[in-house]
Amino acid sequence: MQTKRTVFKSRLLPYLLLAPQLIITLIFFVWPAGQAIWQSFLRQDPFGMKDTFIWFANYTRLLGDADYMNALGVTVVFSIGVTALSMGASLLLAVCVNRVIRSQRFYTTLLVWPYAVAPAASGLLWWFMFNPSVGIIPYGLNYLGYNWNFRLNPNDAMILVIIAAAWKQISYNFLFFVAGLQSVPHSLTEAAAIDGAGPVKRFWTIVFPLLSPTTFFLAVINITYAMFDTFPIIDSTTSGGPAQSTNILVYKVYADGFIGLNLGPSAAQSVVLMLIVVLLTIVQFRWIERKVQY
Amino acid sequence: MVENRPFLNFLTHLVLILGVATVVFPVYLAFIASTRGPADFMTGVVPLTPGDQTWANYGALLGAGSTEAGAPPFLLMLGNSLIMALLVAFGKIAISILSAFAVVYFRFPGRVIAFWIIFMTLMLPIEVRILPTYKVIADLGMLNSFSGLVIPVIASATATFLFRQFFLTIPEETMEAARVDGAGPLKFFWDILLPLSRTNIAALFIIMFIFGWNQYLWPMLITTEPHYYTVVMGIKRLAAVLDGDTQWNLVMAGVILAALPPVLVIIFMQRLFVKGLVETEK
Repeated sequence: MQTKRTVFKSRLLPYLLLAPQLIITLIFFVWPAGQAIWQSFLRQDPFGMKDTFIWFANYTRLLGDADYMNALGVTVVFSIGVTALSMGASLLLAVCVNRVIRSQRFYTTLLVWPYAVAPAASGLLWWFMFNPSVGIIPYGLNYLGYNWNFRLNPNDAMILVIIAAAWKQISYNFLFFVAGLQSVPHSLTEAAAIDGAGPVKRFWTIVFPLLSPTTFFLAVINITYAMFDTFPIIDSTTSGGPAQSTNILVYKVYADGFIGLNLGPSAAQSVVLMLIVVLLTIVQFRWIERKVQY
Repeated sequence: MVENRPFLNFLTHLVLILGVATVVFPVYLAFIASTRGPADFMTGVVPLTPGDQTWANYGALLGAGSTEAGAPPFLLMLGNSLIMALLVAFGKIAISILSAFAVVYFRFPGRVIAFWIIFMTLMLPIEVRILPTYKVIADLGMLNSFSGLVIPVIASATATFLFRQFFLTIPEETMEAARVDGAGPLKFFWDILLPLSRTNIAALFIIMFIFGWNQYLWPMLITTEPHYYTVVMGIKRLAAVLDGDTQWNLVMAGVILAALPPVLVIIFMQRLFVKGLVETEK
């Protein structure tokens, strides 16, 4: 790993400088993570008196658990839904903003602020819009003959949480797409235009392929976001219901461990999630290594 | 622009206007709801024009909170959120810039291991290891305190990584010159590195402030005393308890109050924010 060509000589100082960060990391991250891994191999008796070491039984039980498999499926649908909706909308808006000249800053300002809205608040905003008793969208859908109720209908609930989660993420994707679009060389699009390619053809054959590093990076970030940072959205809107139809993995860990106090299985779920995060992080860093050069 | 196509220009603006409208509409609706009296929601749909209860609603929330929902006054919660967000942002930057300095400007045994331990924090979101972390906090007696709210979320791989990348771009000669002139490591850090990092610090401060302000699960778990509640968890409480006959005007006023401060920060410091965001994650 890289340092400066010449470095300061001091035996103690670097450790002192690192100490605050390292101590916090060890106490609040490494130690609890280790506990979770250890706990995932144990079974506690009903009175919490004795722990038995049971190897991978907690994990094999997860595989046979219909609720867990359901949560896995829900997470996949939810993540893909959020990623596709949010990235699609952002790309469209970014392409448009990149076309206009004078009003670029104006539109950007109007599109970036949802980043700052807390996920819990974003959940409540859409919960209000979609609320069957007072919401404006069910009111409109009623005219079309659709009886919207996310409290009873699993599909409605899923649509609600996907929209709430995607809305919050639009500004993030938008900013990265705009940055990516601005780095596409004008000479290429101009040359294509001279050769007679129209705007749509130019976009799909030149701009979009050149944008693929940004797209790939954002896809990883969005999947990570949908899997782990959307806890407040689920908690403030559907709480995983109805009938577990929006019970994503992160929410299930919380519900089983903190509310159900099912320590072993919940710890096993934590460990599975950690492995997923590690995988996503590695993918993400491979990308950075390729991209950043110094 | 490559060529002039009036219809395409029209379409571009149309898409943008529709997009902006979709993004803004939920907040507009929330604002309208927050200016209305409780009776206005009986008709079965939200009104679309402002009412006259604005001051009554916001005044009640800010000063008294909602006793039915067990939510303390919003002024208190906003204050708590502000303290938490500032401490988190300040703490993250302080400890990250120090560790990045150690990793880039020193060579010592264990350097790579230390860097990777810090990196692991990035991989373990709090939701994933919630139970054991909670137990650590409880054992340390940090429930219901600002130290419990702030310290566990203060370690930051992102910030450390950003500062490391930035330090690596600073010319070697800067440090060599400082050393020739007799500056020790701490003097170099304080008089040269810190002033050079000013823009980066400011940009990162905005991102981290928003991160701290929007914390939800963490404050919800470790605060049980109302005078430590933060505003983001407070609005959830407002909405959840009242679910039977939700007081929409108050809930939405709460949402607006919770969202407004970080949104204002982004709007007024947009350039720094965009720089911070695009560069931290690059």
